[in-house]
Amino acid sequence: MGGFKGGGLNMSISIRSLTLNEYLLPGNASCPGCPASIGLRMLGKALEGRYVLVIPACCSTIIEGPYPKSSYGVPVLNIAFAASPSAAAGIKAGFEVLGKGDIHVVVWAGDGGTADIGMASLSGAAERNDDIIYICYDNEAYMNTGIQRSSATPYAAWTTTTITGKSEHKKNLPMIMAAHKIPYVATASVAYPLDFVVKVRKAASIRGMKYIHLHSPCPTGWRFPSDKTVEVGRLAVQTGLWPLYEIDHGVFKLSDICKPLLDKRNRKPIEEYIKIQGRFSRISKEQLAELERYVESLWNEIALMIEKSKMSEGGC
Amino acid sequence: MAKTEILTGNYAVAYAAKLSRVQVISAYPITPQTSIVEKLDEFVESGELNAKYVRVESEHSAMAACIGAAATGARAFTATSSHGLMYMSELVWWAGLGKFPLVMAVVCRALAPPWSIWSEHNDVLAHRDSGWIIFFAEDNQEVLDLIIQSYRICEDERVLQPVMVALDAFILSHTSMPVSIPEQSDIDEYLPTPGSRRKPFILDPDDPLTHGNLTYPEYFMEIRYEIEKSMNSARRVIIEAGRRYGEITGRYYDSLVEDYRCGDADIVLVNVGSSCGDAKEAVDLLRDEGYKVGLLKLRTVRPFPFEDLRRICSGKRYIGVFDRNYSFGYGGILHCEVSSALSGIKVPIQGFIGGLGGRDITLDDYVWVFKILVDMADRGVEPKPPIWVGLRGVV
Repeated sequence: MGGFKGGGLNMSISIRSLTLNEYLLPGNASCPGCPASIGLRMLGKALEGRYVLVIPACCSTIIEGPYPKSSYGVPVLNIAFAASPSAAAGIKAGFEVLGKGDIHVVVWAGDGGTADIGMASLSGAAERNDDIIYICYDNEAYMNTGIQRSSATPYAAWTTTTITGKSEHKKNLPMIMAAHKIPYVATASVAYPLDFVVKVRKAASIRGMKYIHLHSPCPTGWRFPSDKTVEVGRLAVQTGLWPLYEIDHGVFKLSDICKPLLDKRNRKPIEEYIKIQGRFSRISKEQLAELERYVESLWNEIALMIEKSKMSEGGC
Repeated sequence: MAKTEILTGNYAVAYAAKLSRVQVISAYPITPQTSIVEKLDEFVESGELNAKYVRVESEHSAMAACIGAAATGARAFTATSSHGLMYMSELVWWAGLGKFPLVMAVVCRALAPPWSIWSEHNDVLAHRDSGWIIFFAEDNQEVLDLIIQSYRICEDERVLQPVMVALDAFILSHTSMPVSIPEQSDIDEYLPTPGSRRKPFILDPDDPLTHGNLTYPEYFMEIRYEIEKSMNSARRVIIEAGRRYGEITGRYYDSLVEDYRCGDADIVLVNVGSSCGDAKEAVDLLRDEGYKVGLLKLRTVRPFPFEDLRRICSGKRYIGVFDRNYSFGYGGILHCEVSSALSGIKVPIQGFIGGLGGRDITLDDYVWVFKILVDMADRGVEPKPPIWVGLRGVV
C-alpha cells in the first residue's frame, strides 16, 4: 500500500508531518467556513494524491468548480446521486484488471447520497466488500438543494422541510455499516483533522470496504457564524452527541479524544452545542430532554460495545 | 477455424463477450436476460475468461460499475432487459452523455403493467436519445457478431460512445440456432488490445482530470455537439467495422440497413429485429405471386440510417413501417422516425403495430400487411392511423 512518507499509521501524527502539497486547490467554490473543504483538504494530505474521487450529487460537485476547471488536484468521476459506491466498485475492478490496484478509490458523498438515496448501492458495496474507501461527510441535511431534512438530520433540528423541528432521530449510519461486518468503520469530525487523517490512512492500509462517517457542521445550513465550524464540531464531540470511534475488523475502539466522555460528568451540557446554532433556536425543554436521553442511550450502547469487544478479544 | 455451435441468443451474447475479452462485467439478473449473466459467471469462475465480475444489487449499480470500469480504460460489459433497463435508465444516459465506451446487450421485453416477460421494443426505444449506438439483431448469429463489432466501434477514437445490442425476448434469447463462433485469434486481431484505450479520458492520479463537473450554458452545447459528431462518425465506423468483420468471418455487415429485394420493389416494409425473418419469407412468397415487395431492415436505430432510407424508399408506391412498440398519442416510434427521415420524398407511409407483449407475428401477418399496402397503393388511398395487426375484437 501507499507507504506514506510522513506519519504512516502512527497514531500520534503531527500537523507538521503532513505533506505541504494541496489537493483541494485555492479558488474552490465552497461557502465560507465549509466543513467539506476542511475534509477534502485533509483527505488529500492523508493519501498524498494517490487516489481518485467518486462524487455523487452533493455540495462537493459545486466546490469542485465549473468546467473547464476543477479545484480537485486528483482525478474525479462525477456520478449520479445514488450510484457512487457501485461506480467506485467498477473503477476498482478496472484498476485491478489493469494492474493499477494500488490506486485508492474514494467515494466522497454527503449524508443524503449516503443515508437516503444511495443506501442500497452502499449496502451492496459493503456486502460485496468492495475495496474502496467510502467517506460520508455528514452536514445533516440536503444542503446543496437548500437545507432539506435527510435521515441524518438530528432530532428537533430545523430544516426547510421540518420547519417545526425534525420529529425523528438521526439514522445511525456507522452502526448500519458495522452490521455489514466490513473490515473498517470509523467516525470522525472535521473539528479533529488529525484524527481524521489517521483514520483515512488506516482505512487505506486495509483491503476491502472501509466506511468513515465525517461529522461536518455546516454554517449555512445549521445557522451559525462561518468562523465557528470547528467550535461547533468540537462541541458535538464534547457533548457526547458525536462520539468518535473505530470498529476495526469487528473490534470497537473508542477514540482517545472521547475516552473521558464515558463518564457522563465529563460531557459538556448539550445546551452549549444547541445554543450557538440557529437550527435549534426553537427547541423546547421537552425536545432538549429527549436529546439528552438520546445521548445517554448512545453512550450506554458504546459502553456495551466496549465490553463486548474486550470479551471477544479476551476469548481469542 | 471457426466452429458452429447450437446457441441461444443469450449464449451467443455470452460467447461474444468472452471472445471480446471483456475485463469488467457487472450485471443484475432479470428474465429473460438471466442466462447471459449465468453463462458469463461460468466463464469467469472456470477461468476461461479473465474478467472481474461485480455482482451488483441492481441494474442502476450495474451500469454505474460499468461506467466506473470504462473510466479506467477497462473493457466493460453488461446485459439487461425491460424493467432492468428502466431502473438503470439514469445511468444509461450518464454513459451516453459522458462518452463512456462500453457495450450492453438488451433483451427486449415489454414493460409492466400488466406483467409480461415477452418481447416488445419500448424498453430500448425509450433510450434512443441517450447517446448510445443502438443495434437490433435479427438472429443469434447477428447477436454474436454485433456484440464483437460493438467493441471495435465504441473504442474507435472517432466514436467513443456506448453501444446497445437489442435482441428479442425468447424469440432470440431462448431459441437455439446454429451460430458460427470465430477463432479467438481472429477476434484478438480484430479488436484493440483490451484496456489499451486512453480516450476520451481515463482516471489517472498522475494526470488528474475531472469528468462531468458543473458546466455553464456557455460550454454545454459544445459538449452535446461532440456526441452528435461521434454519432455521425459512427455511421462510417460501423460500416468499416462490419466490412473488416466480413473479411475475417465471411459475414459482411457493411451497411446500416439490410435491403431485402427492395431494388425493383413498389412496396417496401421497414422493420427491425427478429421478425424480419418472417417478413423476408413473406416477401419471397409474394414475389412468387408476382407482387413487387421488399423488406428494409434497419440494423441501427441510432445513428439513424437517413441516407439509406431515403435512397431505398425514393420512387416507391407505398412504404409500410412495422413497429413492435407504441408511443401513446402518436403511434409507432419507428413510423414517426421513418416519416421524418423521408420528409420531402413523395411517398405515402402507413404504420402497423404488432407483436406487443410477445404476441406472435406470423408469416400470415406479414402477407396480410404487404397485401394491405398493395391494396392501398392500387386504390391510391392516403395513409390511415396505425393499423394494429391481429388485434382481437377489431376488424
